[in-house]
Amino acid sequence: MVDMERKKITKGFWIKLVSVPILMFFFAYAMVPIYDVFCEITGFSGTTGRVEKERQYELNEERIVEVSFFASTMPGFPVQFGPKVNSMEVVPGKFYTTSYIAKNTTDQIVVGQAIPSVAPTNAALYFKKLECFCFNRQEFKPNEELEMVLRFVIEPEMDEEIRDVSLSYNFYKLDS
Amino acid sequence: MNTAAHDDHHGPEKGLLRWIKATNHKDIGTLYLWFAFAMLIVGGALAMGIRAELLHPGLQLMNPHFFNQLTTMHGLIMVFGAIMPAMVGLANWLIPTMVGAPDMALPRLNNWSFWVLPFAALILVSTFFMEGGAPAFGWTFYAPLSTAFAPDSTDFFIFAVHLLGFSSIMGAINIIATVLNMRAPEMRLMDMPLFVWTWLITSFLLIGAMPVLAGVVTMMLTDRNFGTAFFDATGGGDPVMFQHIFWFFGHPEVYIMILPAFGIISHILPTFSRKPLFGYSSMVYATASIAFLSYIVWAHHMYATGMPVAAELYFMYATMLIAVPTGVKVFNWVATMWKGSLTFEAPMLWALSFLFLFTIGGFSGLMLGIAPADIQYHDTYFVVAHFHYVLVTGSLWAIIAATLYWLPKWVGKMYNEKLAKIHFWWAMISVNVLFFPQHFLGLAGMPRRIPDYALQFSDFNWISSIGAFAFGLSFILFAYIVVDCIRNGSPTNSERPWYSAKGLEWTLSSPIPYHSFNTPPSRAQILEESQHS
Repeated sequence: MVDMERKKITKGFWIKLVSVPILMFFFAYAMVPIYDVFCEITGFSGTTGRVEKERQYELNEERIVEVSFFASTMPGFPVQFGPKVNSMEVVPGKFYTTSYIAKNTTDQIVVGQAIPSVAPTNAALYFKKLECFCFNRQEFKPNEELEMVLRFVIEPEMDEEIRDVSLSYNFYKLDS
Repeated sequence: MNTAAHDDHHGPEKGLLRWIKATNHKDIGTLYLWFAFAMLIVGGALAMGIRAELLHPGLQLMNPHFFNQLTTMHGLIMVFGAIMPAMVGLANWLIPTMVGAPDMALPRLNNWSFWVLPFAALILVSTFFMEGGAPAFGWTFYAPLSTAFAPDSTDFFIFAVHLLGFSSIMGAINIIATVLNMRAPEMRLMDMPLFVWTWLITSFLLIGAMPVLAGVVTMMLTDRNFGTAFFDATGGGDPVMFQHIFWFFGHPEVYIMILPAFGIISHILPTFSRKPLFGYSSMVYATASIAFLSYIVWAHHMYATGMPVAAELYFMYATMLIAVPTGVKVFNWVATMWKGSLTFEAPMLWALSFLFLFTIGGFSGLMLGIAPADIQYHDTYFVVAHFHYVLVTGSLWAIIAATLYWLPKWVGKMYNEKLAKIHFWWAMISVNVLFFPQHFLGLAGMPRRIPDYALQFSDFNWISSIGAFAFGLSFILFAYIVVDCIRNGSPTNSERPWYSAKGLEWTLSSPIPYHSFNTPPSRAQILEESQHS
């Protein structure tokens, strides 16, 4: 026999108890946008920034940073892809233009997009792009070779100790 | 659902239906414990396979892919099939008797949360026989290994994890409802025994963490089958984010497995020291602090992913902070024994051994928590040694100690003390032969999850494997001791087989009646049996 003096389980108690796991399930999904914001703020995961128009920075011509360019394609993406120059010496605060070359090796139309990543992590935040092919999807006609332009700046606020920055693009296929 | 539906009881049904339709907390506890033991044997057999392959360098018995399946399934089965169900089984048996309740608050939910387990386990184990084999990506199932490059059986694994998660969440809701609502009306929260306290806190960890696991495997499922790209970089996702979500569940999970063990030890040490537990309230607060901290330290599993230095520092300091409440607990246990009249019956031997070996595991955990050092130790056998010291000689030790400590009360019969002591020393020596050399292997640079290794690791691996076989065999003796106690044990001559034991569960007649407390115990009785002096 259950003693009458014991507390009854109220409806409110139930709702509270069951809503915790349900909320936590959705919290797992909420971590996706939270993580994106976190990456944008901290540059974590090599997330690069974007600037809307050219502006003047304080320049220190003595300070040189070497930027190396890398490229890779996802397995099964039939495009030859690589930087036009392998590295550049840049002055933080100045805008530079370089480009990547990509060639469709098939006789079909191929659509893809490149995603950038900057290392080291604490440089990613100050690596800003004014113009980048990675902002858009790229369409290749059969056997077409494209020269894709990138205009970027390294902001002078970046840690002085960083002398080398690498930028890599990974090209992947989009379903057209 | 309300408690009035269970007013009339007719005693247990006969035969198999008693177990299938079980709503009684003791029957369900028994089911959980036997299920956990069966899974321990299955997971143990897989571990024997791992150690047999690692006995000598080179590939002898299996191909690397099968070896990976063994390590993956060993981890999953031990965590979700053995340790967690065993702890829930103990909770079912003990919590109603410790808080003066007749049964668990939600008996039918209880039945359901047990009976999804065998099916989940069956689904999980059946993946071995599928095309492409069982999951082979490690128990942490990092994406994209578990998404883009995984065998087809991974979808079965995902379904099994969903079921296991459901079971744990329902079990936790039941425990919270029992402790908060079914407690004897005269029992205040701070009168509750520590096993109840640790399980209450663990339940909150469960309902917070398990749904996150369900979320992450659901993302995997949609990534694999429905074209989403949560963890697929080519679609704008991020595999590192998988690790963040996984460890947001994974770190509370390790405390889910150890907090109830802390509770068990806090019962056994006072009994065999013949002194009340030292620092009852600080034990409660320490447990709560550990639980809180467990939610904010997850990325210390991910130092090698290239986090910003500030994040590494934060996670390192927060991790170090956990050593404080854990240190409080170890101090309290030692102080409980200080100037006590100690005797060394088998449960006490297990508890003492827990204290030593868990602390070793805790210290190696601190070493791993230091970000710059972890870059060196990451994914080596040092990590394997660390988590086996806290999980085997921590959680499993406490489960064995609890079984020997409360079994005489549950069945009213005494186990064979001599055999139990032989079993203890056998397991105690072999487990150290098994896991201690793995520290050296890890520091020397042997990576985990590999079927073959460089020659300089041969000697320690050989020693470790010999220890593993001896340790594996010891569980046959343990099974014999338990069955022998239930069948042929000599009846206990008192309601308290351990004269110095305190707690409401000992005031019931032996063996424990089918329905525990029909009338709640009085305030005087509660205070008489409480853990604080």
